[in-house]
Amino acid sequence: MSRLGDLGARLYRGEVGYDFVGKRKFWYALSVLITIAAIAGLAVRGLNMGIEFKGGAVFNTPKTSISVSAAQDHAEKASGHDAIVQKLGNGGLRIQVTELNTAQADKVQAQLSKDLDIPQEKINADLVGPSWGKQIANKAWTGLGIFMILVVIYLAIAFEWRMAVAALIALIHDLTITVGVYALVGFEVTPGTVIGLLTILGYSLYDTVVVFDSLKEGSKDITKQTRYTYSEVANRSINSTLVRSINTTVVALLPVAGLLFIGGGVLGAGMLNDISLSLFVGLAAGAYSSIFIATPLVADLKEREPSIRALKKRVEAKRKAAAAKGEAPDYSDEGGDEPRDAGPDDETSAPDIPPAAAVAGPRSHGGRGRGRPSGKRR
Amino acid sequence: MAAPQKGRRQTGAPGKPGRTLILFLIAMIALVGGMFGAGELTPRLGIDLAGGTTITLKAKSSPGQANAVNETNMNTAVGIIERRVNGLGVQEAEVQTQGSDNIIVNIPKGTNSQQAREQVGTTAQLYFRPVLTLGPGDPSAQQPQPEATPSAGSSDSPKPSPSTSDKSGDKPADPPAAGAPSASETTQGRALTDNLKADATPTPGASDKPGPSESPAPSDSAAPPADPATEKLQADFVALDCTNEKARGALGDSAKPSEPTLACGENDGVWEKYILGPAEVGGKDVDDANATINQQTGQWIVQMDFTGGGSKKFQAITSKLSQQQAPQNQFAIVLDGEVVSAPSVRQTLSANAEISGNFTQESAQDLGNILSYGALPLTFQEETVTTVTAALGGEQLEAGLIAGAIGLALVIIYLVLYYRGLALIAIVSLLASAVMTYAIMTLLGPGIGFALNLPAVCGAIVAIGITADSFIVYFERIRDEIREGRTLKPAVERAWPRARRTILVSDFVSFLAAAVLFTVTVGKVQGFAFTLGLTTVLDVVVVFFFTKPVMTLLARTKFFSGGGSWSGLDPKRLGAKPPLRRSTRRLGAPTDPKEA
Repeated sequence: MSRLGDLGARLYRGEVGYDFVGKRKFWYALSVLITIAAIAGLAVRGLNMGIEFKGGAVFNTPKTSISVSAAQDHAEKASGHDAIVQKLGNGGLRIQVTELNTAQADKVQAQLSKDLDIPQEKINADLVGPSWGKQIANKAWTGLGIFMILVVIYLAIAFEWRMAVAALIALIHDLTITVGVYALVGFEVTPGTVIGLLTILGYSLYDTVVVFDSLKEGSKDITKQTRYTYSEVANRSINSTLVRSINTTVVALLPVAGLLFIGGGVLGAGMLNDISLSLFVGLAAGAYSSIFIATPLVADLKEREPSIRALKKRVEAKRKAAAAKGEAPDYSDEGGDEPRDAGPDDETSAPDIPPAAAVAGPRSHGGRGRGRPSGKRR
Repeated sequence: MAAPQKGRRQTGAPGKPGRTLILFLIAMIALVGGMFGAGELTPRLGIDLAGGTTITLKAKSSPGQANAVNETNMNTAVGIIERRVNGLGVQEAEVQTQGSDNIIVNIPKGTNSQQAREQVGTTAQLYFRPVLTLGPGDPSAQQPQPEATPSAGSSDSPKPSPSTSDKSGDKPADPPAAGAPSASETTQGRALTDNLKADATPTPGASDKPGPSESPAPSDSAAPPADPATEKLQADFVALDCTNEKARGALGDSAKPSEPTLACGENDGVWEKYILGPAEVGGKDVDDANATINQQTGQWIVQMDFTGGGSKKFQAITSKLSQQQAPQNQFAIVLDGEVVSAPSVRQTLSANAEISGNFTQESAQDLGNILSYGALPLTFQEETVTTVTAALGGEQLEAGLIAGAIGLALVIIYLVLYYRGLALIAIVSLLASAVMTYAIMTLLGPGIGFALNLPAVCGAIVAIGITADSFIVYFERIRDEIREGRTLKPAVERAWPRARRTILVSDFVSFLAAAVLFTVTVGKVQGFAFTLGLTTVLDVVVVFFFTKPVMTLLARTKFFSGGGSWSGLDPKRLGAKPPLRRSTRRLGAPTDPKEA
């Protein structure tokens, strides 16, 4: 704790920090890779849409003593898909299985009759339409579109258009990755998944906005000074909110991880898996992208602005002059490095934190450029 | 909730934390008390968690439309039923097709399934038809025979209802026939609009004018008197006994919008029968319908707004009708074959209309729902109604809750390790937020039919993160202030405006997402958006009216202000600078010559 509090303080004062903005190319490249993998997965494997979207077959059994969960196991084994099993008022079972053509449905019917020990002719098979109609899906898309437009307008007003653009890119990045993971893992996409995705939509932007708020505050009156470039200010903003980012991410991820690994994994609850996987991936991606993608993107965009470019020149000129006077500045000239004074004791680590953690940065540029930032102790 | 707000207490004066806190606690107690008072101790669970009732409907073609049971129509019907049963969007009902002609509707346990069943199967075919002839519903109470053949009606109007518009001249639409007696007033139902209201009252003043009206068969409709269809209609009209329920039922089934028809309507408990012209305006022309209370009469009415085309048609028909003599200047509002009201028209109207009648709040709302969401293209028969168990089984919810509890315990451990004493505030705030969320969700169950499904439970678990973030942002700001060398009390107040801004800006984004999704979408997405919006608003409420005042109060205690090592605010551990050090806050600050 003491060392951690100390680290918090040093992060706050900018004595230590990870050079997020300076190493942005690495993180951009990583994100592009992940995104390409996600899109490739999506293209090759496609999404495994659940019965709620595609419809499927429904089997009605007469009164039976077989338990719902046993029937579910049988149905899932027989069909290889998620099954929805409900007990009806008359004691029979209603078993719904996704995406079966007539031939497959016959086979599943035969298999079910064997497994459940019910004569095949008593199992009534029928096709069932999607309960999550096109209409719902289409309206959800419309809603998503309208929301994105509004949020860009809002961020452009509350912050500025560059931040709005960066936040939108980060959001799309998060959603793409999450959807890609679904394609790769092959989990069935259920309404729960879609809702998980929409939750991420809110969370990802929320997290980005918290970081941007600090950036906005930090870069107030930036052109009136000549000590730091915009990129440096951006980097410092990330570092000063880093403790908050880590804590928030941990707090948000822990319960979801509980749902995913304990609820879904150990206790084996199917639908929970679908939801919590999208939440877990999305929350992690959201926290990552706010720090490693969104803010560096803003810095990139900002550095193209004439006044900010002029500022950078002035800062560089001043540093050169200072160097000439022998004041030994340890600033690097590429935007992004921090004045720092790395102590030896911040090399603590705890590997279980998402990539938002930081450790003392290298003293000079490129010292440990590829080093994954390790977490820190709590 | 808006962008960075300039708060009232920008300077961070402590305000009156005690009072705010007491108000908050009162609100919370009121909510929880309301929960117990209403006798609802658990939120209503969605069908995936609690099961419910499943209704199987079998589609039947409407008369005269043999091929109506097809995929397109079935899907349209699914969409309409879906919107009807999920009127407010949070009921979590599910609708799907089964086989080629069945629709399954799943309604969560605890919903008023009787009402839902009525809404689900109701066809709600709404038509505005001109009144051609009117008579008492009981044929035994005989009256002079109406003749004035409904002229053109049947014969030359192959077109379906709407079309009419201004070409009225050659349309059967012109109510040609004569009104029959019927001394009774048509007070029961009136469609009125604005200026119509006053004169809507005792329409059939024409009352005891016997049959053949004075203005039968206008111009065009040189009513081929020999028209067999027309004659048959006359004969049927004479024979019709509106007091007989079966006879009434048969009527609705045979009515085609494009032809004159017979209909019954109850008026102050007395049945009346009508011959009605072809439909002029249909349910499709209604854009939106809502139940409201008529300010003057204090009765429930259903107010309709027409679509663009609908209001033109309505204008055309009312302008025609208003020139007719008394009995024929009525038009009947026919719902599923039954005349719910037959107001007279004296002026051209457009835009909107009201249906009044013996509505209760519930029946007015049901009708409003049904009209807004359109007429089913098919008629449905209830095949089976049976209960179903939860699709996810109890073990899913249990697993979810266990996992969630473990996750929460980890969160608490983490917070305690990191924030020590401060964690207490965070945990109590989380608890307050959880209690309020739970109470509100529970109260909304009976209130608006809110049902909690598994995705919503997961959404609420994610909300822990968003809610906790508000505290974390605030705590970090306080710690930053302490690092500046401030003592706790000013630190708490100075940190607040900055934390508040961050919290508002970021929560606004979440809320925007919820609001947009709630407005635009339907079904489960809408239910989700509602949960998201609710937790976001509660987050702001809790931080503003609970966490902040508690923090202010606790800053006065010795434990926290003393900066004990367990308070989480120990200046030494936080690496605070000695008070005299120059502030080196934000990096933008150009003042600092050399760091650290």
